Amino acid sequence: MGIEDTVERVAVDLLRLATTKLPKDVKEALQRAYREEESEIGKIQLETILSNVELAEKTGTPICQDTGTIIFYVKAGAQAKNLGEIAEALRNATKIATEAVPLRPNAVNPFTQKNTGDNTGRLIPFIHWEIVSGDSIEVTAFPKGGGSENVCTLGMLTPEQGVKGLKKFVVDAVIRAGAMPCPPTIVGVGVGGGSDNAMKLAKAALLRPLDQPNPDLELAKMEEELREAANMTEIGPMGLGGKFTVLGVNIEWAHRHPASYPVGVAFQCWAARRASARLYSDGTVEYLTHEVK
Amino acid sequence: MAVFYLKTPLSEGDMRGLKVGDTVYVTGTLITARDQAHKRALEFLREGKKLPVNLEGLVVFHCGPIVKMEDGKWKVVAAGPTTSTRMEPLEGDFITALGVRLIIGKGGMGPKTAEAIKTFGAAYTAFTGGAAVLAATMIRGVKGVEWLDLGMPEALWILEVEDFGPLTVAMDSHGNNLYAEVMRRTEKDKERIYQRIGYTK
Repeated sequence: MGIEDTVERVAVDLLRLATTKLPKDVKEALQRAYREEESEIGKIQLETILSNVELAEKTGTPICQDTGTIIFYVKAGAQAKNLGEIAEALRNATKIATEAVPLRPNAVNPFTQKNTGDNTGRLIPFIHWEIVSGDSIEVTAFPKGGGSENVCTLGMLTPEQGVKGLKKFVVDAVIRAGAMPCPPTIVGVGVGGGSDNAMKLAKAALLRPLDQPNPDLELAKMEEELREAANMTEIGPMGLGGKFTVLGVNIEWAHRHPASYPVGVAFQCWAARRASARLYSDGTVEYLTHEVK
Repeated sequence: MAVFYLKTPLSEGDMRGLKVGDTVYVTGTLITARDQAHKRALEFLREGKKLPVNLEGLVVFHCGPIVKMEDGKWKVVAAGPTTSTRMEPLEGDFITALGVRLIIGKGGMGPKTAEAIKTFGAAYTAFTGGAAVLAATMIRGVKGVEWLDLGMPEALWILEVEDFGPLTVAMDSHGNNLYAEVMRRTEKDKERIYQRIGYTK
């Protein structure tokens, strides 16, 4: 059995885990929000969310009917064998999981509007590759819901607008998004790079657990400041009013061109689904986000 | 903020009694319809064709469910609400021409729907977005499916539900809109929020 068979098997597991069981940090953040929410309607929303999460976990059913566009992040060890087979293995895993979990078929041709029926298609599942040293492979399944995707936004600010402008852009994006992305959301902010990289960083920022602040102390402070400001909007759970509009704000960055100041803002609904595993060359598998017996 | 237990067919009186912030649990027949189903229903109306299901007094749920065939029977696995604004251009006609009384969705709707809700006597309620498994447990059975050619999420699923909720009344027949109220408050508070991030004009 080659590593591609293991990748396929593990990726099916990851899609199942991601869509049916929230990572611990997200669940804890939602529980805290429920305890601290003061709006009566907001509290009802969080209570419904938590009972739904429990039920999904107990019955192994997808948390939300929108099981998202299937995205994988792969950190491939340069010395790992059969790397050329991984993309195909992830594609097969997506088809298998679509039947087995089941996932909603969510891959539609933008010209003919035809749904492929199995969650695969042109550039779907999308795979973000990173080559790292070593011979192990880390796979993250990130099924991304459509409601929160529809309010993601890119701002090509001027360098003169700078940090102040960036913070305003994030707060404005939260206000404009309102109820649409199923708050309380996680907000990913990508600063710098170019237009493409800012969005890519914003989305990758959604992968960082809520209990892991930015390792850069200044940025950790800015994340806190943005989280507070976003919650001051009182848009609240599901946009019906309340204290919890966001669960957290995560910032990632790259150096920028002297003339540009790109800011990407990505939203993740409260059903923040992600699951990761590391596959070692000896065939062992370590699940990183979920407990697996 | 009162709690109501309602049964289909719903009457105008049922709806006039609801105010934003109230909680509703509904029992009876609920039809799922998203963009494509709304579009086709209105095409049918324009062409004078009869709809495969009479929607009078019933509940329309903005939802593209995951449904699975088990022992020759359809079973709803997950059925949370989808974003309602996509249906905004069509919902007003949908309500008044077809006699729909209650809409379930998420995120709220625009002025055309608000007008139809007011004049016809209907209500828009929010079910917690993403709470799809919980929703499925309140679905007692699938009575039928129409327009499956539109795909599983877009088809008209005719569902039998029991105490489906909690639904929060977010747009009522008295012209109130909870989402708009929330957004108005946010707009008013914007300067204070900008101050928190050190932004001044």
